Amino acid sequence: MAEAVVLLDVWVSPFGQRCRIALAEKGVAYEYKEEDLSNKSPMLLQANPVHKKIPVLIHDGKPVCESLVIVQYIDEVWSDGAPILPADPYARAQARFWGDFVDKKIYECGTRLWKLKGEALQEAKKEFIEILKVLEAELGDRKYFGGDAFGYVDIALVPFFAWFYTYETCGGFSVEAEAPKLVAWGKRCMERESVSQTLYDPLKVYEFVGFLKKKYGVE
Amino acid sequence: MDQQPPIPPSDLKLLGSWADSHTHRVQLALKLKGLPFQYQEEDPLRPSAALLIHNPVYKNLPVLLHRGCPVLHSIIILHFLDDTWPHHRSLLPSDPFDRATARFWSHFADDKLAPAVAAVFSSEGDGQKAAVDQVHQNLKLLELELGDGGAFGGRRFFGGDEIGFLDIVLGCGSYWLAVFEEVMEVKLVDPEAFPRFHAWLRDFEDQREVKETIPAIDKLLEYARTVRQMMLGGGATAAAGDNAASN
Repeated sequence: MAEAVVLLDVWVSPFGQRCRIALAEKGVAYEYKEEDLSNKSPMLLQANPVHKKIPVLIHDGKPVCESLVIVQYIDEVWSDGAPILPADPYARAQARFWGDFVDKKIYECGTRLWKLKGEALQEAKKEFIEILKVLEAELGDRKYFGGDAFGYVDIALVPFFAWFYTYETCGGFSVEAEAPKLVAWGKRCMERESVSQTLYDPLKVYEFVGFLKKKYGVE
Repeated sequence: MDQQPPIPPSDLKLLGSWADSHTHRVQLALKLKGLPFQYQEEDPLRPSAALLIHNPVYKNLPVLLHRGCPVLHSIIILHFLDDTWPHHRSLLPSDPFDRATARFWSHFADDKLAPAVAAVFSSEGDGQKAAVDQVHQNLKLLELELGDGGAFGGRRFFGGDEIGFLDIVLGCGSYWLAVFEEVMEVKLVDPEAFPRFHAWLRDFEDQREVKETIPAIDKLLEYARTVRQMMLGGGATAAAGDNAASN
């Protein structure tokens, strides 16, 4: 039943998008509920009282919080669909490691690229390029981070593909120049319906960040 | 059930540090699963060549080598142990929702509780008072979950009747609460304010495998006092403080 699965989310959230992509890959029907973070719904506050953050997946009334926890949950519950985590234990451990790496590094450093100026911005730019290069080295010449199969690390990272334009414009560098294989990978992922139907146009993301910059008094 | 061949001790090697709670998590997990392993003591401030090769991204501990292949981050290692030896005692619960709940709270332990406890250790005066308040806020949330209607309500351990994944993650590190209470002369786990958490911790530390894993309290106290003195002395020893504080 579609009503049995509800996703509390915000349209532009790369974390929410991870969940949407995973659900689409598994062919799971669900109800999408857009949250207004300046006016959080009672449903969200009840479902995630600890952090009060999106995304939250509510399955048969039970809430699951944190995007990568949700993605693993989706993989385990809808186990008859194409697997998100690989079967081999060592490959699973590597996938978890890189998913965690993306979680720890991309959003925090990327945010500094549009929030900061001057020397702090240059420092963030240096760090971000380093992060891209580490990911590029890990990807190598593979089709996806999961190898031939689109999987966990791809899902963790691909929502940020729509943010590359924002990061490089604010940071004053070119993602393609620094990490061409990563850009090629992103374009390959966009050929998948689950990804192309979920990600927004990079210009729309840039516009959204422009609005955030005004809100935080940046520039 | 398949008859699995005995595991040669050389298959598993753990690089760790004696005072590192993340190392203890893995040692305890290996013990609970009955998996033999070799142990190599590392100095977190002076990473060995082996550590730098196996963990070039973070250069930190613990590192588990399985037939020479590195598995990093204690929480990931615990998952790996369950995935590789599913017929040995399971660490994680079997139900997907219970697994998601355990994972959520394991992140809480590492992202919220541990930094708050570390802040108590590395601060003074008003800063320390704020850090202590933060620890109390976090413990309150756990106390709630152990109560009626909470995710773990009515259970002796987070894992149920026996200790499991979340007990290992929260338990290995919670001994710093008692250590910091004594060294910093602050009250962190008041049994009246947090009766369930206090009871859980006491039961956890009473387990045979836990007693065999966690260093003696006086060794931990001595270590904490030394690091604290070095921190207050300032300068190059700040790194040592960060290391102790984040353990």
